[in-house]
Amino acid sequence: MEMDRTVVAEERPTIIDTVTGAIRENYLNANYGLKSWFLTVDHKRIAILYLISITLFFFLGGSFAVMIRLELITPQGDLVQAETYNKLFTMHGIVMVFFFLIPSIPAVLGNFLVPIMIGARDMAFPRLNLASWYIYVVGGLFTLGAMIAGGIDTGWTFYTPYSTSFSNTYVIATGLGIFVVGFSSILTGLNFIVTIHKMRAPGLTWFRLPLFIWSNYATSIIMVLGTPVIAVTILLVALERGLHIGIFDPALGGDPILFQHLFWFYSHPAVYIMILPAMGVISELVACFSRRRVFGYKFVAFASLGIAVIGFLVWGHHMFVSGQSSYAGMIFSFLSFIVAIPSAIKVFNWTATMYKGSISYDTPMLYVMGFIGLFTIGGLTGLFLACLGVDIHVHDTYFIVAHFHYIMVGGTIMAYLGGIHFWWPKITGRMYPEGWGKFSALLIFVGFNLTFFPQFLLGYLGMPRRYYAYPQEFQVLNVMSSAGASVLGVGYLLPLVYFLWSLRYGRIAGSNPWKATGLEWQTSSPPPTENFLATPVVTEEPYQYSPEETEAEYAMTKKENVNV
Amino acid sequence: MIEHSEPHIVPKKTYYIVFATLMILLFVTVAMAFVPLGPFNIYVAMAIAITKAVLVVLYFMHVRYSNRLIWVAAGAGFVWLVILLAFTLADYSSRGWIKVPGK
Ligand SMILES: [Cu+2]
Repeated sequence: MEMDRTVVAEERPTIIDTVTGAIRENYLNANYGLKSWFLTVDHKRIAILYLISITLFFFLGGSFAVMIRLELITPQGDLVQAETYNKLFTMHGIVMVFFFLIPSIPAVLGNFLVPIMIGARDMAFPRLNLASWYIYVVGGLFTLGAMIAGGIDTGWTFYTPYSTSFSNTYVIATGLGIFVVGFSSILTGLNFIVTIHKMRAPGLTWFRLPLFIWSNYATSIIMVLGTPVIAVTILLVALERGLHIGIFDPALGGDPILFQHLFWFYSHPAVYIMILPAMGVISELVACFSRRRVFGYKFVAFASLGIAVIGFLVWGHHMFVSGQSSYAGMIFSFLSFIVAIPSAIKVFNWTATMYKGSISYDTPMLYVMGFIGLFTIGGLTGLFLACLGVDIHVHDTYFIVAHFHYIMVGGTIMAYLGGIHFWWPKITGRMYPEGWGKFSALLIFVGFNLTFFPQFLLGYLGMPRRYYAYPQEFQVLNVMSSAGASVLGVGYLLPLVYFLWSLRYGRIAGSNPWKATGLEWQTSSPPPTENFLATPVVTEEPYQYSPEETEAEYAMTKKENVNV
Repeated sequence: MIEHSEPHIVPKKTYYIVFATLMILLFVTVAMAFVPLGPFNIYVAMAIAITKAVLVVLYFMHVRYSNRLIWVAAGAGFVWLVILLAFTLADYSSRGWIKVPGK
């Protein structure tokens, strides 16, 4: 049945423009010109707009990281001044967190895939979707402007009273940019929630939804309920800084820990905005490349919601040593351990999915395996940090820097790249070069570990974060880290090159190059503007893969080859 | 779907009554600030504030006449606000429980 639909998709009559003779059959060549892109309400084109803009921010944030790693090659502060170094790590964090990681998977892959995966023609609110991109751009330009004007040095966490009373950098301007960009993520979340509730194809019940949809749904809940709090917090910082209204600064009668409560109420769940969609990607990929149904589908689905809800109850683990009550610390520590359970459920279910599967090692699957290993290390070191006693030792050291990079880079970016490779043929209609894909995936895995594993050791040995100079004995590990970062950098640049190359020279992919299930593979590549020529009807559960069939096919082709 | 196409029309009188109630509660808040109740001043003020917020949500934001999905959405927002306040206040109220030696 799946095959039939594929054929239908391929048989679409080619529409040829009567005036220019151009072929107009998919969302990319449906119409041309800047206006057709900047005023589009097609969720697929908006996804492309997001893809381009977040890629720019990714490489901008990466260039700050390059400067940081260069400075840390030697123990002395020699390449940049201390103030500049403070600005570099601040802007690296702000760009990567607010302008790359948070929008990454939801705004690019989510925007492209959510309507197609549920058999809809578009989002529930297409114009709101476009508005969210414009808001993102305005917020981005604002922050960019503040950086060019002189930057900001508070750390991406904007801790008070330094940010409100002492820093003489562009705190309010940068903060406003983040305030604005928050609304783009609220609108994306709102759109996803309504779309998933209201626009599913006939027969697509909740438990027939792909897990990517479940995880983006859970993410949307966090976006809608959490983001307003960071907006208000930034506004309060601006009020105290600009008008000296005492909210956070003790000298003005405020309380600095109140800032940390408000900030982390959003910013801890923000980590789940980054990792939940990544988990959704992994669920799709692991099933396809193991040719098996996702083990424990309902558990994985509910684990997403569990993470979204419990993730809101753990923020105090960032404040164990900052003056928060020890009793509150105990509660937050306990809850932080609890939130590891749904994450562990997912990891175990993915590995159980691979068990007795027919595994192929295509590029996306390499990213999946990288993700599972690195996310597990990142998650387990999170438990070290959730432990009240251990946290006192490693707080504010490179241990925590390594921990969250294992989650955000080893987790989210691995999944993002895996997803981009997996759905690239659907998005562009062309294949990327598989050999280069595998090579870069391995390069990224090696480079990543070489960069960040030494930082666990550095932190455990006592090197604090956010310093531009350090004692002589830490140099070897720092040089290893910087060397790893350059490998990682090459690993990130290669896909940029071969993806662009593939747009012109890549092999034509066809509608379903991975023989994957899921509605997005039942329409042509690239899909037509309306996604489906006829509304699909769903009659079965997701991930109808069969490892036995795949193995049998494989044996057949092998036999044929031998006979030849 | 039908619920959406037929919006409930609220008589103007309802809005005036709610507005008047909000104004009266505003004056009550100010007045109560001058009545010495010790630690209970804050509870009274918060109770009045919550009443006002509920009135705004129910009438001005039309939640009262909306379907159950809207109730869930509005309720979630409220519950999340309670989470933020409850955990933050749990920190503030328990800070003095542990005596620091030598202080
Ligand atoms: Cu956290």
